[in-house]
Amino acid sequence: MSDPVMVIATPIRLDYTYTAGQASSRFLRGLTERKLLGQRCPECRKVYIPPRGSCPTCGVPTAEDVECKDTGTVTTFCVVNIPFPGQAIRPPFVAASVLLDGADIALFHLLQEVDVQQARMGMRVEALWVPDEELRPSMESIRYFRPSGEPDAPYASYKDHL
Amino acid sequence: MPEPLTAPHVLEYPYTRSVGPVMGAFFAALRERRIVGVRGSDGRVIVPPQEYDPTTSEALGELADVADAGTVTAWTWISAPRPKHPLQRPFAFALIRLDGADTAMLHAVDAGEEQVMRTGMRVRACWREEPRGDIHDIACFEREPEP
Amino acid sequence: MRDVAVVSFAQSPYVRQDLDRNEVEMLMPVITGAIERSGIPRKEIGFVVSGSCDYLAGQPFAFVNALDAVGAWPPIAESHVEMDGAWALYEAWVRLQCGDVDSALVYAFGKSSLGDIRDVLTLQLDPYYVAPLWPDSVSIAALQARALLDSGRYVERDFAEVAARSRRDATANPAAQVKGADAVDDLLAEPYIASPLRKHDCPPISDGAAAVVLAAGDVARSVCARPAWIRGIDHRIEAHALGARDLAESPSTRTAGERAGAHNGRAFDIAELHAPFSHQELILRDALGLDAGVRINPSGGALAANAVMVAGLARIGEAAMRIIEGEASRALAHATSGPALQQNLVCVMEAS
Repeated sequence: MSDPVMVIATPIRLDYTYTAGQASSRFLRGLTERKLLGQRCPECRKVYIPPRGSCPTCGVPTAEDVECKDTGTVTTFCVVNIPFPGQAIRPPFVAASVLLDGADIALFHLLQEVDVQQARMGMRVEALWVPDEELRPSMESIRYFRPSGEPDAPYASYKDHL
Repeated sequence: MPEPLTAPHVLEYPYTRSVGPVMGAFFAALRERRIVGVRGSDGRVIVPPQEYDPTTSEALGELADVADAGTVTAWTWISAPRPKHPLQRPFAFALIRLDGADTAMLHAVDAGEEQVMRTGMRVRACWREEPRGDIHDIACFEREPEP
Repeated sequence: MRDVAVVSFAQSPYVRQDLDRNEVEMLMPVITGAIERSGIPRKEIGFVVSGSCDYLAGQPFAFVNALDAVGAWPPIAESHVEMDGAWALYEAWVRLQCGDVDSALVYAFGKSSLGDIRDVLTLQLDPYYVAPLWPDSVSIAALQARALLDSGRYVERDFAEVAARSRRDATANPAAQVKGADAVDDLLAEPYIASPLRKHDCPPISDGAAAVVLAAGDVARSVCARPAWIRGIDHRIEAHALGARDLAESPSTRTAGERAGAHNGRAFDIAELHAPFSHQELILRDALGLDAGVRINPSGGALAANAVMVAGLARIGEAAMRIIEGEASRALAHATSGPALQQNLVCVMEAS
């Protein structure tokens, strides 16, 4: 008997077509107009962005569109140091949670045009949108967030959104 | 309502699986164009081999050679093969009980036409040109000519 | 054992492809409906458990998104099974036996339209010996149908009669997807998809969601005039290797039925059997010993709508509603999981 086989290769591939649903579609279409559309819960009045059509705490449908500003506050962040396959940006780079002005939950995006050592909670940031011809129903319509130059937001202004 | 937004998504994993000594012996035999099963607690030969008896849960390890030919115990004719199917011309998936085995294994039968398929027909393994030690070393089964 | 009953049920209309709504949007009215119909305030529900399969969406932890439809603040006691919601209901039933909570919300959802469901289900097969050949779910079912024909107990016309009856009964079910008055001979004239199965022998591809509220003892009595009491519930699984099973029989269904008390001498008015393929209804009926007096699948069954991960829970809900609404006094509901009826659950319900 020859050497036993130790491993076998069993690759798999499945193809899917996702549908965005109503709330996500409104949000994604808003991006093509450089609008950041959240939705407000009729019970707790919180504004969720990106919206998913329901309030995760109350479990009720959200239908009221609320336009948030494209400026906000960094509530937390992570400096990515590890390279991985398919990475679009060379590390180190900063991924940040940005509490947009008008929203009650933070949105996840990139933070650039700042030394990674300078990334901090409370930093005021603004979105850098792509040029008109690159606008698409995708979060990539915002290239990244960058410091807006304003003084840091006081901790009290975002401590309930951590 | 505007057109719904859709986006493609591909789930793809390369997966390499460690097979252990029992399955490893089966795949090693395939690489040599042989088929082996394992003896169950009651002595019946299980093909393809399992590490534990399905009834008693006893650990199994006694290998038994079986033929590379056997009998179809169930079949279905696939007139329009799907992209991931093992053959891209009409064929049958079948459960095949090899001579010497007490259980059937699933594979493809390249029978040519639906009319010749029947439960009880005799088939023989058709081996891949360069066996590698996986289930595809059996490229398919073919009908054995009637005696 | 503590008395537990189904007190409400809601389901979405099943469709081939819900392009407009994501899973949360599809699920929310169903959960709201089941809770409102239960008469139990949302905040008083003691346990929440869901059934779904991340592979339908192609994303790990996809099921977590569904919690947005439930409202999980303040924190709730919640669980999940990567299985048909019928098994989530089993877990809820077990949880209620502990005695410290009196009600549970069970929900299930899935969009089979997102991927190729026949290939997705192939991944539940043995990953070393079988899945690399990619035998899709219809091909696997067809092997079982062939085994049933070879047993001599049934012929293809019997399969078509199950399909025709299911479509006819589905016309009375507002949630059903496939309905109509097809003649058996017309069905038999159609070509095979995978012999001996024709299109009508196979389930439709469905997007949808369902939810059930369970309540125990006096809570059930206080909110529901005629609760569907679960008198027995059991599930059994067979060997994984297809070639080691007698595919024309369902010993796991037989055992689950016995353990669930299906044969206590009282006749069933109806049985909702989760048979995604027409021939499977025949195998299940035989395994459960259901005679001709039992009406099978008045809802149309899984041949009328088959949202994968939902259809089993929907059988329990449909059967329960017939009791709650006074049409039936004793009902059997069944759910299946895995290739070719590998695993089966039986739930016996009575009006009193």
